[in-house]
Amino acid sequence: MDFTLKIWRQENAKAKGRFVTYQVTDISPDCSFLEMLDILNESLVDKFEMPIGFEHDCREGICGTCALYINGRPHGPDKGITVCQMHMRRFKSGTTIVIEPWRSRAFPVLRDLMIDRSAFDKIIQAGGYISIATGNAPDAHALPVEKLNSDLAMDAAACIGCGACVAACKNASAMLFVSAKVSQLALLPQGRPEARKRVQAMVAKMDELGFGNCTNTYACEAECPKLIKITNIARMNREFFAAKVCGAKEVATTGGAG
Amino acid sequence: MTQLNSKIPSGPLADKWRTYKATQNLVNPANKRKIDIIVVGSGLAGAAAAASLGELGFKVKCFTYHDSPRRAHSIAAQGGINAAKNYRNDGDSVYRLFMDTIKGGDYRSREANVYRLAEVSNGIIDQCVAQGVPFAREYGGLLDNRSFGGALVSRTFYARGQTGQQLLLGAYGALSKEIEKGSVTMYTRRDMLDLVVIDGRARGIIVRNNVTGEIERHSGHAVILATGGYGNVFFLSTMAMHSNGSAAWSAYKRGAFFGNPCFTQIHPTCIPVHGDYQSKLTLMSESLRNDGRIWVPKKKEDAEKIRKGEMKPGDIPEEDRDYYLERRYPAYGNLSPRDISSRAAKERCDAGYGVGSTGLAVYLDFADAIQRLGKGVIEARYGNLFQMYEKIVDQNPYETPMMIYPAVHYTMGGLWVDYELQTTIPGLFVGGEANFSDHGANRLGASALMQGLSDGYFVLPYTVQNYLADQFKVPRFSTDLPEFLAAEKEVRDNINRLLGIKGKKSVDTFHRELGRIMWENVGMGRNKEGLEKALKLIPELREEFWKDVRIPGTNDELNPELQKATRLADYLELGELMALDALNREESCGGHFREEYQTPDGEALRNDKDFAYVAAWEYKGTENKAELHKEPLNYEFVELKQRNYK
Repeated sequence: MDFTLKIWRQENAKAKGRFVTYQVTDISPDCSFLEMLDILNESLVDKFEMPIGFEHDCREGICGTCALYINGRPHGPDKGITVCQMHMRRFKSGTTIVIEPWRSRAFPVLRDLMIDRSAFDKIIQAGGYISIATGNAPDAHALPVEKLNSDLAMDAAACIGCGACVAACKNASAMLFVSAKVSQLALLPQGRPEARKRVQAMVAKMDELGFGNCTNTYACEAECPKLIKITNIARMNREFFAAKVCGAKEVATTGGAG
Repeated sequence: MTQLNSKIPSGPLADKWRTYKATQNLVNPANKRKIDIIVVGSGLAGAAAAASLGELGFKVKCFTYHDSPRRAHSIAAQGGINAAKNYRNDGDSVYRLFMDTIKGGDYRSREANVYRLAEVSNGIIDQCVAQGVPFAREYGGLLDNRSFGGALVSRTFYARGQTGQQLLLGAYGALSKEIEKGSVTMYTRRDMLDLVVIDGRARGIIVRNNVTGEIERHSGHAVILATGGYGNVFFLSTMAMHSNGSAAWSAYKRGAFFGNPCFTQIHPTCIPVHGDYQSKLTLMSESLRNDGRIWVPKKKEDAEKIRKGEMKPGDIPEEDRDYYLERRYPAYGNLSPRDISSRAAKERCDAGYGVGSTGLAVYLDFADAIQRLGKGVIEARYGNLFQMYEKIVDQNPYETPMMIYPAVHYTMGGLWVDYELQTTIPGLFVGGEANFSDHGANRLGASALMQGLSDGYFVLPYTVQNYLADQFKVPRFSTDLPEFLAAEKEVRDNINRLLGIKGKKSVDTFHRELGRIMWENVGMGRNKEGLEKALKLIPELREEFWKDVRIPGTNDELNPELQKATRLADYLELGELMALDALNREESCGGHFREEYQTPDGEALRNDKDFAYVAAWEYKGTENKAELHKEPLNYEFVELKQRNYK
């Protein structure tokens, strides 16, 4: 198969970026999308040019590292998978493929298609956990959890933190990401004691870092490689509202940890 | 000469760890603040250790090459984590988990370490549940379990097909909590390139900031490496693309011994190789073997027709199928341990019965299970895995059997550590896959997650503190000490040398070639002739690499080719040590199969008289042969037997 690739090139965070066109030929349909980029990069190294910087690691759709905006869609045209799980058989030979990095103020470009997503870590650091210290936790069977809630918590916990939701959103909102963690922990009895504090701290951090607001376009849900549902955002809004009404005072007191 | 002292506490097996904890040295809370600990790696072992030590009050600096500590390759473990909870009432116990792990490791691991692992396994599950890890539950609200290879009980806890991911996110949450509190400082996108040793103790590291290219010096009172395995020495493996052995290798070159480097796990259920451009292999969870049956055609001519595409698996009648695992190992059947299942697949394919276009594949067939349980049940159990397979191979596994083949998956070998997980360099500790300790010659399924978290949450926080008890009197180290400057200079010189070669071949060209040499000669079946060949070919390739590698760009920028090159430079040395170790070990055990040493029916033939030891190698210069030290494995409580899964 042959393709024309229009790829975003940018030397570093400060440099001005541009699209550069490349041709790749004789690509096997069983080749993965990232392997196709490997082949292109080998040919660039052959010419002593800088290969295209792109993020990837596990190449099996679970680490959340890969992040490419392909023909205007995060992770490309297929539903429920990351870029690294996509194969070239998904494309028509002879077509042009446009490849860009995630675009969001909160995710600055580092080089070419690589971006800095440390804003997501900062949101989790603000409270996306249960504050218990290591050791002496009660027996795992001491606290039964209703299966439905446990399954819903698992659905939300499946988020891989790739940032496709932000890339897909016209407001660059991180609501799906934040609500997935808020929901997972709010659905479990272990997470309830800190639920109010958590949702307020995470939302405040999200706003501070320059992510936009949610205007219910559902683009995040449509593009999420792990099929995280927008109902999590509704749940987070309920939690947030309840916390505002009943729990504002608790937020001021810190030091929940051990 | 360093004497190997495994520091195993005396007393009955079940009391050793309790006694250690009761008598170890502690550090006063006020003094903990004066102590810096460096943790390299933020996977299960690293994140758990960094978070737990931060909670105790130490000042921790944690490093990862990833953009976020949530991405370590621990996430890729699908199937589950073992614990001796005996929630099923099926006869499990700490002792049984210990015995299964010792036996699974083919009697090449330390009794005391393995017992401790089994002992703390239950605490791991409690800890993770308290953190909000959404393990699978039953309608009664309690936790569910499944079975894994090498065990006759159901002791594996799981979170859909993403157990590793969920456990890592639990540890990442704990780590994030400590970062917010200020006890842990996180350094992302850093490659550790050297260890700094001062007066015989590990006191710091040299890292490269992979975004800016800056070479940084960091000091600490102790250093913990939790940097994972080195399976990518084979180029193709189920490891993540950037998983590497460089941190461990730099420690080895600074004097830490390397334990059992040849012990590599080849996982039986991976998607077969399909082309030269392939960059990595994908694992299909071992849990599939709960319901899938493994077979190849009984007749060679059928296999040949399948390879040519003239026949389909469905055309072969039941009586012409060879369910070779059920035939050879009736007691464990399709749930035989990984090393045995992998070797049996290779044996059939080498004999000409392999399927797929390359002949390097066997079938994993769900037809019986679908007939027995219905498609719905199979979908509920393995839906995501089936979908993943279909995406990659473009075949529907509900209708036609999956094709699988063994692939490099895990390295049991690693830096040699004593009972305290301390290396031969005082103050340097190693946890998780990066150490050699608990799995012997073969790791059982669902035990890697257990070991990573055991080391991180429950072992290192104790043993590191024991080491640090007298260190609070030592003031923080300046990174301007001559040892730091010298190590930094070596790192810079090495990078400049690599960039200065400006040769003709890409890093990947060399890596693929190294992988081919390793897979052919130091892979699933090894023999003297092949290993000697590898010992000749690897140094030749290394020499060529240092003359002819081509790396575009400079050090002062984000340069992925340079990162790959520094890692490959280390693999080109480590591969040689693996071959040397495999040549030295004139026996077959677990994942190490020397073709010269097998029973008449093709099973691994151990030699306990001469080889019941840990091979700990000491660096003597890249061009010199490493020196072998032996740590005898004294079995006080277990009787050594031939493994029998029949």
